[in-house]
Amino acid sequence: MLDVISRPWPWYVAGPLIGLTVPVLLIIGNRNFGISSSLRHLCAACAPAGLPFFTYDWKAERWNLFFVAGVMLGAALATWGLPDPEPFQVAAETRAALEALGVRDFSGVMPRDVFGLEQVLSLKGLVFMGIGGFLVGFGTRWAGGCTSGHTIMGLSSLQWPSLVASIAFMAGGFFGTWVVLPLVFRIVGGE
Amino acid sequence: MRGHLRYLFVGMMFGVVFVKAEIVSWFRIQEMFRFDSFHMYGVIGSAVAVGMASVWLIRRVPITTLSGDPIVIRPKRFTPGVVYGGLLFGTGWALTGACPGPLFAQVGMGYGAILVTLLGATAGTWVYGAMERHLPR
Repeated sequence: MLDVISRPWPWYVAGPLIGLTVPVLLIIGNRNFGISSSLRHLCAACAPAGLPFFTYDWKAERWNLFFVAGVMLGAALATWGLPDPEPFQVAAETRAALEALGVRDFSGVMPRDVFGLEQVLSLKGLVFMGIGGFLVGFGTRWAGGCTSGHTIMGLSSLQWPSLVASIAFMAGGFFGTWVVLPLVFRIVGGE
Repeated sequence: MRGHLRYLFVGMMFGVVFVKAEIVSWFRIQEMFRFDSFHMYGVIGSAVAVGMASVWLIRRVPITTLSGDPIVIRPKRFTPGVVYGGLLFGTGWALTGACPGPLFAQVGMGYGAILVTLLGATAGTWVYGAMERHLPR
């Protein structure tokens, strides 16, 4: 049993479990599933700076911060409590394409030569983590939600703005992957 | 505090799924955007299917929250920002290989550098808050 749950879980196990978060959060506390709002609450709690966008009762939304703290703890638990006995696998086509761009490390869930600690102060790290992160924060707030708030919660409750948002997310992702990524690697890949 | 521990617990379950189904992986997101694997499409598709069926059921049977309140699903408003912001987030998603949920999970997995991504995302949120009045929304 432990062996089975230590191996990577298939999509048809993971997807339904994620989908169940929607009714679970509604039933245990009338909470609408969404994760990116936690970043807004962090700003409202730590640096509201008198801005109207951060002037609201963030304490009423504290559940969201507990939720993301739980995500962190759960991830730690799974990493050290249920380690995958097999080496990490990347699809051959993706691996070849990324190798051609300049990615070198395929041993873990993220390439260390892009997201490792030693990249924090490099130009590569600044682009992938700093600017990439900025786009995630700015974009989700402007769109009014992320993959969880729009794609999972919004589509589940048949809200058409969330369908538009999800299509925009994917369009941005294809643009990022096929246009921005090769450009970025050409500029910062050599480091 | 005590009433909020249940969300910590649900979040933990979520974090475990994120890690064990490798949704936290930059490579899995790349495979998705390159059409080299069905995995992420299957995860998102079946999550939406189960969510939809649950909400359909909640709207049809007389079900309340644990404390007896009627269940409220907040409407999502359409604004041009849904498109502009969506495109920006999507681009960032391809770079970071993570939407906000997996970012927290990656930090929990011990990828310390991802604190920079999280900081960037918080900064992005703050800058949006500072200029939202001047943006089409």
